[in-house]
Amino acid sequence: MPNLKAGQKYIENINMITFYFIAFLSIFFSILVISAKNPVHSILYLILTFFTFTIHYILLNAQFLAIVNFIVYMGAILVLFLYTLMLINLNKESEPVKPFMVKMAAVFGGGILAVALVASLKITGTSDPVVLKDPGLGLVKNLGKVLFNEFLLPFEVSSVLLLSAMVGAVLLATKDTKETKAIN
Amino acid sequence: MELVDIGIKFALVAVIFGISLVVAMYSTYAERKIAAFFQDRVGPNRAGPFGMFQPLADGAKMFMKEEIIPTNATPFLFIVGPSLAILTACIGSAVIPWGQNLTVGDKVIPLQVTDINVGILYIFGVVSLGVYGVMIGGWASNNKYSLLGAIRAASQNISYEISMGLSIIALLLVTGTLSLGEIAQQQHGWHWNVIYQPVGFILFLVCAFAETNRTPFDLPECETELVGGYHTEYSSMKLGFYLFAEYINMFISSAVMATLYWGGYNYPGMDWVTAHVGPVIGPLIGTGVFFTKIFLFIFFFMWVRWTIPRFRYDQLMDLGWKILIPLAIANIVVTGVWITLAS
Repeated sequence: MPNLKAGQKYIENINMITFYFIAFLSIFFSILVISAKNPVHSILYLILTFFTFTIHYILLNAQFLAIVNFIVYMGAILVLFLYTLMLINLNKESEPVKPFMVKMAAVFGGGILAVALVASLKITGTSDPVVLKDPGLGLVKNLGKVLFNEFLLPFEVSSVLLLSAMVGAVLLATKDTKETKAIN
Repeated sequence: MELVDIGIKFALVAVIFGISLVVAMYSTYAERKIAAFFQDRVGPNRAGPFGMFQPLADGAKMFMKEEIIPTNATPFLFIVGPSLAILTACIGSAVIPWGQNLTVGDKVIPLQVTDINVGILYIFGVVSLGVYGVMIGGWASNNKYSLLGAIRAASQNISYEISMGLSIIALLLVTGTLSLGEIAQQQHGWHWNVIYQPVGFILFLVCAFAETNRTPFDLPECETELVGGYHTEYSSMKLGFYLFAEYINMFISSAVMATLYWGGYNYPGMDWVTAHVGPVIGPLIGTGVFFTKIFLFIFFFMWVRWTIPRFRYDQLMDLGWKILIPLAIANIVVTGVWITLAS
């Protein structure tokens, strides 16, 4: 089967090129997120960054994760980000001016964090190619089986965590009205 | 062999794209005729017989109008807004099964562009992306009415997406698959999901109205309060794209509802018909049935528009959060208990 092998090689090459291109776009857009002057533009770049993450998931054959990333992050969380930014008036006048020393400290801290990250990546040896044992791992059926058998407890605990966050948000929102009522 | 398959796929994509645009175009005509019927008027009747060429005339008019980009707008995003609206409206049709597999000679041609195993979630993702067109356009216009319209669109879509998702979860409990192709196959004959999920269907229907910004949920473009809502500053074909996207969305959401709940291309006695007319005409009749269902839904959208007045904004939020979401959760619980008892 020489023909099939050549075909596989060809597809692998295409995957490789796509990966590097999308990886470049991810980094490019994430740099734009922090360098954009306008906060709304910065959120729009963040949306593009998340879109490239979705493509990464698809390249890894994790369809479910890809589409959930698409719906939850791009479709809901970033809409809320955008919504909030549109409501508050962020412009040059309201921007807090930070002293020079604080800026320097931030640069220093960020640099140290980068060194730590690079070091930890080097120790874990992620440059070794990761080979998927089961290419169908990311499909809904397999993911559901793993999630509801092996990882049932963490899964349920995280749902309780989300619930407590939700109750907390509601509590914070209602507390305000009671106080204003008491004042009135 | 492979090249032929790719060619067939491209042809299918082109045909579906063309059909979506033509249906959307003639939906505008149908809407005006139906509105006229409901209000005891004549409606458009000048361009061609019965005003049949009215959509073409409207399209030509849209292209001829002056393009205006306001001085204080963000020019790039001002153009991105309507482009994104029409793009997200068009890509939803990729996972809809338009009919059974056609068998021409020894070749099997699926009438579905792609049957990914997360088809419903894909539709859901496209729907959630749809709000960006409105939000970006509304913000980039640099107009307070546009911004208010955009903000309304965002909060309305997010609120109704939740109950839409919950109503789909109950459907997934019944079908056990996320693939739209399989869901359509399971409803063979008359085993339509609406029989098992009537409440879920009604929830989905209401949410579909909200997600497509149709009356009674068209608050993002509420002209009595917001001039034109998010498209106040738009003119020419950019406005046309926004209006057109709404009609394509209506078509796609009708197709999704027909597939998920009303059997898609299935109809009672389809096996008998296919056995008698052959494997090419049979599936095509199924496709015809599917389109009839879609057109009935589109008519329903228009019927509601010219019957029910617009909601007030707080009523809209109350309906979404206090009625639809609890109802959807109750529906999931009842469905779960029913499935457990039945098996």
